[in-house]
Amino acid sequence: MSNILVVAEQRDGTLNRSTWEAVVGGQKLAKELDKEVTVLLLGKDIKDLADETAGKGVTVMVVDHEKLADYTPDGYSAAIKQVVEKESPAYILFSHTYMVRDYAPKLAASLGKALISDCIRYKMAGDKPVFVRQVFQGKIDADFTFDGDGPYLVSFQVAAFNADDLATGGSGVVQNAEVNMDGVEIRTKVLEIFEGVKQEVDLSKAERIVSVGRGIKKPENMDLIKQLAEALDAEIAASRPVCDDGWLPLDRQVGSSGQTVAPKLYFAVGISGAIQHIVGMKNSGTIVAINKDPHAPIFDIADYGVVGDLFEVLPEFIKSVKKL
Amino acid sequence: MKIIVCMKQVPVKDSLLKITDDGSWVHETDLNYEINESDHYALEEALRLKEAHSGEVVLLSMGPERVREAIKQGLAKGADRAIHIDNSSFTTQDPFVNARVLAAAIKREEFDLVLSGLQTDDYGSAQTGVILAENLGVPSATIVMEIQKQNGGIKVKRELESGWFQWVELPLPSLLTIQSGINQIRYATIKGIMMAKKKEIKALGLSELGLSESDVEEGQTGLVFSKIYVPEKTKKTEIFEGDPREVAQKLADKLKNEAKVI
Ligand SMILES: Cc1cc2nc3c(=O)[nH]c(=O)nc-3n(C[C@H](O)[C@H](O)[C@H](O)COP(=O)(O)OP(=O)(O)OC[C@H]3O[C@@H](n4cnc5c(N)ncnc54)[C@H](O)[C@@H]3O)c2cc1C
Ligand SMILES: Nc1ncnc2c1ncn2[C@@H]1O[C@H](COP(=O)(O)O)[C@@H](O)[C@H]1O
Repeated sequence: MSNILVVAEQRDGTLNRSTWEAVVGGQKLAKELDKEVTVLLLGKDIKDLADETAGKGVTVMVVDHEKLADYTPDGYSAAIKQVVEKESPAYILFSHTYMVRDYAPKLAASLGKALISDCIRYKMAGDKPVFVRQVFQGKIDADFTFDGDGPYLVSFQVAAFNADDLATGGSGVVQNAEVNMDGVEIRTKVLEIFEGVKQEVDLSKAERIVSVGRGIKKPENMDLIKQLAEALDAEIAASRPVCDDGWLPLDRQVGSSGQTVAPKLYFAVGISGAIQHIVGMKNSGTIVAINKDPHAPIFDIADYGVVGDLFEVLPEFIKSVKKL
Repeated sequence: MKIIVCMKQVPVKDSLLKITDDGSWVHETDLNYEINESDHYALEEALRLKEAHSGEVVLLSMGPERVREAIKQGLAKGADRAIHIDNSSFTTQDPFVNARVLAAAIKREEFDLVLSGLQTDDYGSAQTGVILAENLGVPSATIVMEIQKQNGGIKVKRELESGWFQWVELPLPSLLTIQSGINQIRYATIKGIMMAKKKEIKALGLSELGLSESDVEEGQTGLVFSKIYVPEKTKKTEIFEGDPREVAQKLADKLKNEAKVI
């Protein structure tokens, strides 16, 4: 079998939505390369989840083992390595989640192979896929390919593919894969999972959000943001560094490790637009960005972009809004 | 506790990047450099662990001659000594190769803990630390937001998505990749800067690390880098530029009358 193996991600018997995005990526690639997709599911007592997954018409390979009851990097990489050695897939695809960040590089290293991580898309050059990932925090794109024998490992950025594009109608078989975990030592002990800060503000309900990034430079300058928020009748949110530095409480953070919002208006001030921020706000209605760097990635998703110094533009803008 | 901190020097965040004509990388000569953000937090965390439990903090940085500036800054903050690997002759974007070289340097030391950043601000592969752990044969945990020393090991808080966290326990030695925001970074003091002048920066080359040219060759993992370029725009953005007053008025008008969101 020279297949495309897509590694699913589940916790407590529930699939992560981004698994389906990776499956869609796999299906598209499979079509280009004339291959088939198998979804690999790991865990303990996951028969129901396997059936449910296969119910969407995809072929599912299940590894059910005591040592995979909780996710650990040792358990996952050892189990996947055994499957890979038996099945020799051409490609192993992942969604670039925090769990995949935790074990996929280890798996790749144990196979002596490259993992092209956090790809935003692929494109075909003849019969060879070229994988595109971002460097310099999204300011520049970079092309990578694979050479030599597989397996080729690729992780795709969350939302790189649309889960709704899933091709259904396949036969939906469930296969069991045996692994021998006797010699595998699980060195990490997994303790509890918990929600961090108690969310005191629910930004997801806000109609308008003014969001501030490191471009604001100093906590003293936050007053300008307050004035802007008042003028627009908006809630205040921030990028991660602003919360890290304690200039705003953590529950105001938007992004992959913070809140996900979709207001009518998202007004981003001095935010560069790193992917971890974008995933938390890209579904907003109208996106405005003020940034002095014309190449800031935030402009790629903004409807209106002001290239300029926020300290010059904002006071004028607040005046203009008040006059409306 | 003996702690090794992997620290990369990267172009400062606000840099105006110019891509070379052949797309092989950006022009490096007119750039300013700084310590990679999450590595900076890793260093701070190492210094705090040393202050609480005594021990030694050793900096490990691979890069051209200029990275000595970052090393000196780390020494001024309180690291005890440093190792510099000059990679001018084998610069690669393959994290597997980079981790192999870093691992060779770490294997010459005894250590309880290796701390790296979770991701570089330039390459951003988010892989080097994890591969390094595999190479050293020690367990790892990523995206760490708190470290507690326990009898015989450590307990660490890992960040999960959307504001969730998880505690895990690891034996020592082990490797952690540190997330930005885990602590508040200190500034170097004048005294620290003076003291740093006397601290050792050991330069190590491939042969001292017991590695050969073939160990750092491109392509051994199958990875082929072709080029970098400015991303294509996918969304039509209306851009305003120029006089702040005019720009402000136009934007206010658009938001009120076109987008109808204010
Ligand atoms: C696992 C992981 C999870 C993460 N989770 C999140 C998250 O949930 N949320 C989040 O936001 N980030 C998150 N990050 C961090 C993210 O990668 C970026 O580092 C962060 O979003 C950058 O914040 P920023 O845009 O405010 O700062 P910077 O990237 O430093 O950008 C500042 C911007 O301000 C502009 N600027 C400076 N001065 C001015 C001026 N005078 N006028 C106008 N513009 C100016 C600059 O041109 C620049 O574009 C995460 C990272 C990782 C690795
Ligand atoms: N050249 C280097 N020298 C020292 N440490 C490095 C180097 N490259 C990467 N690292 C470490 O590995 C982490 C992850 O890097 P990356 O895989 O490039 O995202 C960084 O945050 C550093 O701690």
